[in-house]
Amino acid sequence: MRLELRRVLQGCRRGVLTGVGRSGDHSLELPGCLLYTRCGTVPHLTHQTLHTLQHLPAVTLIPMDSLAEHQEVLEEFGGGMGKFAGLQNSVIFCSLHDSVAPHPTGYNTNKTVSVWGSGGRIELSVAQYMALQRAIRPDWYQSLADGDTQQLSTHKRVRKSVDRTLSNLDQCLNLHISTEGLRGSEVFGVVEGGVMLEERVRSAQETAKRPVGGFVLDGLHSRTVSQELRSQLIAAVTKELPEDKPRVLLGVGRPDEVLECVEAGVDLFETVFPFQVTERGCALCFSYDLDPDPESSVLESREKETKIQQKSGDDTLENQEEITQFEMNLKDKRYRDDFRPLVKGCQCYCCKNHQRAYLHHLLVTNELLAGVLLMLHNLEQYCSFFQSLREALEGDKLNALKKRILQRRE
Amino acid sequence: MAASMESKAEMGAVRAVSAAAPLALRILAECPVSKARACDLILPHGTVNTPVFMPVGTQGTMKGITADQLQDLGCKICLGNTYHLGMRPGPELIEKANGLHKFMNWKRNLLTDSGGFQMVSLVQLSEVTEEGVQFQSPYDGKEILLSPEKSIAIQNSLGSDIMMQLDDVVSSTITGPRVEEAMKRSIRWLDRCIAANKNPDRQNLFAIIQGGLNAKLRKACLDEMTKRDVPGFAIGGLSGGEEKDDFWKMVTLSTDNLPRNKPRYLMGVGYAVELVVCSALGCDMFDCVFPTRTARFGSALVPWGSLQLKKKQFAKDFQPIDPDCQCPTCKRHSRAYLHALFKTDTAAMHHVTVHNISYQLTLMRSVRESIIEGRFPEFVRTFMKRMFPVEGTYPSWAVDALASVNITLDGACSGQGCDSALC
Ligand SMILES: [Zn+2]
Ligand SMILES: [Zn+2]
Repeated sequence: MRLELRRVLQGCRRGVLTGVGRSGDHSLELPGCLLYTRCGTVPHLTHQTLHTLQHLPAVTLIPMDSLAEHQEVLEEFGGGMGKFAGLQNSVIFCSLHDSVAPHPTGYNTNKTVSVWGSGGRIELSVAQYMALQRAIRPDWYQSLADGDTQQLSTHKRVRKSVDRTLSNLDQCLNLHISTEGLRGSEVFGVVEGGVMLEERVRSAQETAKRPVGGFVLDGLHSRTVSQELRSQLIAAVTKELPEDKPRVLLGVGRPDEVLECVEAGVDLFETVFPFQVTERGCALCFSYDLDPDPESSVLESREKETKIQQKSGDDTLENQEEITQFEMNLKDKRYRDDFRPLVKGCQCYCCKNHQRAYLHHLLVTNELLAGVLLMLHNLEQYCSFFQSLREALEGDKLNALKKRILQRRE
Repeated sequence: MAASMESKAEMGAVRAVSAAAPLALRILAECPVSKARACDLILPHGTVNTPVFMPVGTQGTMKGITADQLQDLGCKICLGNTYHLGMRPGPELIEKANGLHKFMNWKRNLLTDSGGFQMVSLVQLSEVTEEGVQFQSPYDGKEILLSPEKSIAIQNSLGSDIMMQLDDVVSSTITGPRVEEAMKRSIRWLDRCIAANKNPDRQNLFAIIQGGLNAKLRKACLDEMTKRDVPGFAIGGLSGGEEKDDFWKMVTLSTDNLPRNKPRYLMGVGYAVELVVCSALGCDMFDCVFPTRTARFGSALVPWGSLQLKKKQFAKDFQPIDPDCQCPTCKRHSRAYLHALFKTDTAAMHHVTVHNISYQLTLMRSVRESIIEGRFPEFVRTFMKRMFPVEGTYPSWAVDALASVNITLDGACSGQGCDSALC
């Protein structure tokens, strides 16, 4: 695997990863995102529906949370998780935790880390974790890590998290070399350190000394850290990391946060945000168009005004506080007789075939197709946003894009 | 697009069953042994090959399957429920959307029921009078009257290719004067429905034969309703928990008395054995929620019964659901993977729904091919043997029903007059 940096603009790294995967014949444009799945399936989607999308991420992410309980099955199957899930031609990155699933705190020890599957908690030692990775046979995987720190964690707890994670990494790397089935896979080291700058820096420096293929920045999820602090911590960490290896940030996905994290030196995210938007019955509708035609931007701002006006009227909606300015709530009555596509010009299956009124109907009647169509649309929009971000970096238009993304913030 | 152009061309060549109806039935083959037949049913949104199973998309969607997926499976006609769609989103909205086809973006044919059955089965507080079915809306508590005129008005708004008359539905296990009253009222309501249809040039109205399990009442209903020049007939009031011996006798009585040149739709029937047997009795169309509903519980239909994929026995079973199945699920996924996915995501349901719809449609295609190729009785024997491999386990009603149309099963004896070599 090789990372070629084409240019760095305002801290943002525009590059390409080549020779990706065990076969070495995949590539990945940076900044980019990994395709979030559970058990190898993008929520709501089958292979058939997923592949109506044109530009899917080259790397599929599968959290260990959704796999640990299937260890015996995968071992008996013997062909690895990609083959088991019918993902024959995908590159697979096995992460530790599902960013969306809840993770009770206080279960990690010096010897073990816990994951949560459908049947509850599974405690994993390094040896067990590596046995699982051997059965999964990923192209990339992260080392076992203790990311169980909160904003209020003591210095002692944070230091312990860094130490344990480094020790886990050393053990993983040792076993990695001696495991025949993992030949050709890349181990990603995990940077911990909670919100303590000096621990973050120590974790980054130490991890960078090890023979890892890339880095996962852990413990910086939206819900635990403010964006300002997150950007500072990430910038301090990435300064310590080698330029020629990818940096992955999991659990952060709002477009405005993505932009700031890219400026702080992050290369890869996951498509968790479009899934979360789907789960609350919403559709991404933010503008990331670098050259909007003047007519549509006028219409857009008008629509935005009415949106804000109406928003104050219906605060009976649940999850109201979670809904971001990047999405529209299709359960809202105003879409009942709105026969426009979700987003004009969107190339997804949903927008090419259906109208807002239909999605509204599917949502109020609790039909399964709502999740399918919204997931497709939200993935399309999210991947296109990353495409636009890469183009902005190439065309010196980052500030214009930032302005467009952030304009609705206030 | 292609489908509707093709159907227009065919409409010119084949005479519609009645001067005005936008439907034509071309009988391609009739089984020389049984009453089975293979037809092309030409409808406004393309030709339907019969015998046909019609999946049920209650609320304008097929349970997590996209319209394109359903079309790719070869589905040419599916159902929508008037009761549900009439409540939400309501006929005005669907009219604004230019009909149900456009609203759900389904390019092929749609059949809608009358709403009466749901009303009686789902809504506790419903009362039937000569005027119609009176009920309380479960959404806002308002009193609503579903009259024959209202049912047709809603179905006209939906724009379905086949509409069903409002009938007076009574449980198939009820006996006594209520059955006769319901049958006679259904005839009066049929006339009101025919008069109320605003789009006889675009929408076909089917009559529904009632009469419970009483042969005399069924026959009376058949005699009366077949006097009307409706485009097709449904056999109603069955598949509601009655004895299977009563069920098939009512079906065969109905097909004996229905006109040869019009389609026959057996409502609410969808188990594989019933589909095969009732095809032998001369039915052309079937519908049932079972294959899609059972899919969501992890039950996959196979030629030898069904697989409960959530059961532990499939955790390490790396074969596809059915190695012979050509559906997208079986081509890509194993039983073990689906078993694992059922613990994680609703996509597991979609995979099995795709497979089950494919199973039903493929089964009906095989029935049709065997009729056309003149080997339907042999097909039935092979099918039944695979479904019931243990000797002596054929359901007796199926043995009797098939014997009544001269199909004897291997190793099964229907009693007197049996010509089986094993007897
Ligand atoms: Zn879209
Ligand atoms: Zn299949």
